Amino acid sequence: MPRDEVGILSEIKKNYIIRKLEEGKRGDGRSVDSFREPIIQTNYVPRAAGSAMVSLGKTRVLAGIKIELGEPFPDTPNQGVLTTNVEMLPMAFPTFEAGPPSEISIELARVVDRGIREGKTMDLQKLVVEPGKKVWIVFIDIDVLDYDGNLIDACTLAAVSALRTSVVPGSTAELKDFALPVDNIPVSVTMVKIGDKMVVDPNLEEEQISSGRITVTTTQDGHVRAMQKGNIGYFTWDEISSAITTSQRLGKEIREKYLKV
Amino acid sequence: MGTASDIKLIGDDGLRLDGRGLDELRPIKMEINVLNRADGSSYIEWGGNKIMVAVYGPREAYPKHNQDINKAFVRARYNMAAFSVDERKRPGPDRRSQEISKVLSEALESAIMTELFPRTQIDVFIEVLQADAGTRIAGLTASSIAVAAAGIPMRDLVVGCTAGKAGGKVVLDLSKDEDNFGEADLPIAVLARSKKIVLMQMDGDMTLEEIDQAHSMIFSATDRIYQIQREALESKYTVDASQWGE
Repeated sequence: MPRDEVGILSEIKKNYIIRKLEEGKRGDGRSVDSFREPIIQTNYVPRAAGSAMVSLGKTRVLAGIKIELGEPFPDTPNQGVLTTNVEMLPMAFPTFEAGPPSEISIELARVVDRGIREGKTMDLQKLVVEPGKKVWIVFIDIDVLDYDGNLIDACTLAAVSALRTSVVPGSTAELKDFALPVDNIPVSVTMVKIGDKMVVDPNLEEEQISSGRITVTTTQDGHVRAMQKGNIGYFTWDEISSAITTSQRLGKEIREKYLKV
Repeated sequence: MGTASDIKLIGDDGLRLDGRGLDELRPIKMEINVLNRADGSSYIEWGGNKIMVAVYGPREAYPKHNQDINKAFVRARYNMAAFSVDERKRPGPDRRSQEISKVLSEALESAIMTELFPRTQIDVFIEVLQADAGTRIAGLTASSIAVAAAGIPMRDLVVGCTAGKAGGKVVLDLSKDEDNFGEADLPIAVLARSKKIVLMQMDGDMTLEEIDQAHSMIFSATDRIYQIQREALESKYTVDASQWGE
């Protein structure tokens, strides 16, 4: 993830964070395996088919869904289409720049996309109007407005929350409007490694002094649907294995608390 | 992944469509120093994959704002030739190849002793000439011996393999059909001896137990692939004693 504008977190602060971690505590008072309380406001942009503003600490992202008619992919004539895009807006952070998407934002969008796609969140087969010719295309667009760490989880949470409230605008094609069929709820949980400690839902400072990053996305059956290791650094198998267990546990909590069907 | 399909990926005899057992690798061949201009290069054939890798650097990082006064940065560029897949691929980077380039750069940088070359960059160009599932891992495995051939110090070689789930079974080194119609794909790359994981991605549907089983298969496969890497390096640097004479 990008560095702050100074580029270097002060050594004193870095040492403080690491020392605190040795005692199992974090700078913001959380335990190493706790997730910040997300604040989710759905239907933030009524003009969209569905939307959700999500705050995770000071990180703020807004997901908006648009659903339009279009052609299916030739190899999947009996399925609607899902596309995911993330804009890391220059307003969110001093080093974010306008222009074509960076590798970081492409990876971010693709990890969010994989969780939703492989989690079979939507039944894409219910989005066909005319097989091979006309299907509903679901566009997930996410604006990153303010950056304080852990964009992957904030964006996944926003995208899923927005999808759950989305309405397919059938009336634009002389059909009936209907609620987007959302069945499975994927939840991603991201952890970073600081020294030899694994830290859940890192804030910006923690991201900046971390080495490897690992994201595990699970669905309500506890199955893993997507994983992504990122950044420079490594994990042992034991660390990965415990990351999966942590994601299963926190995923369940988050799903029950914030994404109740 | 893929759509519902009639293809039966595991036969009644317990073998896979291409006749392999569940934890059997496809044939792998590697060679180094296959290009003239590059500082290091390699070529790998892995099943039907044919991939060429060139390493340039360490050289002055450009543009200058990319320079890091503490270390080199590693920039891998994964690219698929237009003719490498069934349907012509539009040339140039797409979102998939940019993501792969990012995770491969990070995996290599986790192994390379970048602190020895401040203000420089190390370019790794990975060209997929023919694709047959598992290109990112094959490209990474070849990249690591190309970096070694360029004389760039590393903590260890990076070696990887994929596993996944097909026809309800955990299988090693997915074939193209298994990749397209199977249930999950799990590429992992490690530092060869310590088995520290430097690349891991997964998509599909697997339980923790299945992922655990897949990781064991991958870890033991990397020992075999590491031997092939070593042989590729040693065969070029072994001096024939008979040439010492007059």
